[in-house]
Amino acid sequence: MTITDTPTAPAPHASRLTTSKAMVEAIAQEMERDPSVVYLGEDVGAYGGIFSSTTDLLARFGPERVIDTPISETAFIGLGIGAAVEGMRPIVELMFADFMGVCLDQIYNHMAKIHFESGGKVRVPMVLTTAVGGGYSDGAQHSQCLWGTFAHLPGMKVVVPSNPADAKGLMTSAIRDDNPVVYMFHKGVMGLAWMAKNARSVGDVPDGEHLVPIGKAAVARPGTDVTVVTLSLSVHHALDVAEKLSGEGVEVEVIDLRSLVPLDREAILTSVAKTGHLVVVDEDYLSFGLSGEVVATVTDHDPTMLKAPVHRVAVPDVPIPYAHGLEYAVLPRPERIEAAIRRSLAL
Amino acid sequence: MTMHAEPSTSTAETAPSASSAAGALDAATRTALFETMVLCRTYEEAILREYHADKGPGFDIGKGLVPGEMHLSAGQEPVAAGVCAHLTADDAVTATHRPHHLAIAHGMDLRAMTAEIFGRETGLGRGRGGHMHLFDPATHFSCSGIIAEGYPPALGQAFAFQRQQTDRIAVAVTGEGAANQGAFHESLNLAARWSLPVVFVVEDNDWAISVPRDAATAIPSNADRAAAYGIPGERVEDNDVEAVYAAAARAVGRARSGAGPSLIEVHTLRLWGHFEGDAQGYRPELADVPSHDPIPRYEKALRDSEVLDDEIVQRIRAAAAERVEDAIAYAKSSPLPDPASATSHVFA
Repeated sequence: MTITDTPTAPAPHASRLTTSKAMVEAIAQEMERDPSVVYLGEDVGAYGGIFSSTTDLLARFGPERVIDTPISETAFIGLGIGAAVEGMRPIVELMFADFMGVCLDQIYNHMAKIHFESGGKVRVPMVLTTAVGGGYSDGAQHSQCLWGTFAHLPGMKVVVPSNPADAKGLMTSAIRDDNPVVYMFHKGVMGLAWMAKNARSVGDVPDGEHLVPIGKAAVARPGTDVTVVTLSLSVHHALDVAEKLSGEGVEVEVIDLRSLVPLDREAILTSVAKTGHLVVVDEDYLSFGLSGEVVATVTDHDPTMLKAPVHRVAVPDVPIPYAHGLEYAVLPRPERIEAAIRRSLAL
Repeated sequence: MTMHAEPSTSTAETAPSASSAAGALDAATRTALFETMVLCRTYEEAILREYHADKGPGFDIGKGLVPGEMHLSAGQEPVAAGVCAHLTADDAVTATHRPHHLAIAHGMDLRAMTAEIFGRETGLGRGRGGHMHLFDPATHFSCSGIIAEGYPPALGQAFAFQRQQTDRIAVAVTGEGAANQGAFHESLNLAARWSLPVVFVVEDNDWAISVPRDAATAIPSNADRAAAYGIPGERVEDNDVEAVYAAAARAVGRARSGAGPSLIEVHTLRLWGHFEGDAQGYRPELADVPSHDPIPRYEKALRDSEVLDDEIVQRIRAAAAERVEDAIAYAKSSPLPDPASATSHVFA
């Protein structure tokens, strides 16, 4: 087994996989290990998941364990809850996080609250997988991240892998966790053949059993001048910008949160204590969300750690537009990230 | 798991009349049904007493040993007694914001249940849940305060029981107002398609808080909705416990045998308000309501057929009172949860 706290840890035996293949590998390994693991959702069978979250699982495990559902998210997410209560470990896919509106009651009033309401006597060990993010002109109802909304509601862990190794390790941890875990995968990091992809959506993934602890951020790139706290696809953009600025002698530290709940506040504080400059990059909406929470983590602790005002790069409070130019104007693209870093450092 | 539910030709049927159903039951079964109904009612009367004991001056909903909304089930006992008579503690029940009668009939420990209603550390949920959120692993019982949303988790319990190759079933109970919610229809369709061992029960007490059923629902019987999903649907009229028992026998038997889900709607009675403090000014027949109380009616029927007499009735009522007062006393003497522990139990 490998337990990888940072993506730079050596993996003695690794394979180069896309993020989606790494995610599927974790699911398959856990399905082999534990017969109570099943995968339910729309188009997860013969199609293999619209964003390749279940490729070939049907062929390997059969229709008893890889189960296409009706388009009835309330019913099948609730089904996952009841099955988890009775000792199974279901993985249930909500095709797009944007679809939470049709089934949120099962998610936040049931999945997330039963353990608490039962005084800890009833556990709900399930994983809710869901695709997030924009960048390919899918419009306002199919491009949102919404992780701040999930993370705001108590009772569910929220993990957001940005790369293949973490996708595998976080999935393994999520399946084995005795709590509901929302596993949010960005379409742009999956390495899909039919969508523009960052080179980092293919990477080395430890073979065999691989766990990434939930609630532990990673230093995706160490640096000394400015901290960029981010997650998911934005990690890729931040690393691209960091490489570019390194050529100018600016060393950017990139923190990949990996988990929102629990949030690794210590990792944020440690980095900001070192750099004194903070940029938060979040593909979710700007107001009332993750970026504000990251800033409050620092200011609650010690505002004097900051040598300059914080800069937040997020989706301004508008729905995601359709037209390419409009969409890219609101997404946290590398140009906006670079500009924020330059402002933070008064470059 | 079979993924090939055979659509049933059976659709909505009218349950046998009370007299024909009654003829099939032996004295012990009829006595047990009465006993369950009395226990449920005795419990609700005690909660009613305790709830109102310290709400004054006036009525402050947040005051007293039992604060918050209180939805009591008086009048709906025939549903709980008639359905749960066919279950064991290994079967699951999901209920609503009005759950006490079902919890009791399904065998929930009265002490732990009552302690939860009193918000005590010894309660089922250590005081985190309250009367709308009773979760009992021992009897696989749960309830939800959100209309119709108790149905989907029951599907999952049934799914797990099916996978475990047992004959355990899940019973999902909701009110007639819930039959207009999406969760209701999604659940019936999915359970039917996957032949899940579920019995769906609708308690039609005529009122969705203050809105009468015929003002909200397009058809007279929600049992007819079963036809849309190719499963049996039955409506039981007159709040008749023996007719409920007979309908539940068919539905439970079908579920246990692997034939899939059924839907039963019972025309029952909300004897009291939606919640305590509800003056029910919207209810024109209010003065007549007590005359429809199913318990005196059933008691009379059983006395007339010489199943019950004064002595048996007295013994049943005394035993119920003793159990209920024991639970109330246990709750009142139990420790309150430590406020410093308010943030515990969010995660396992």
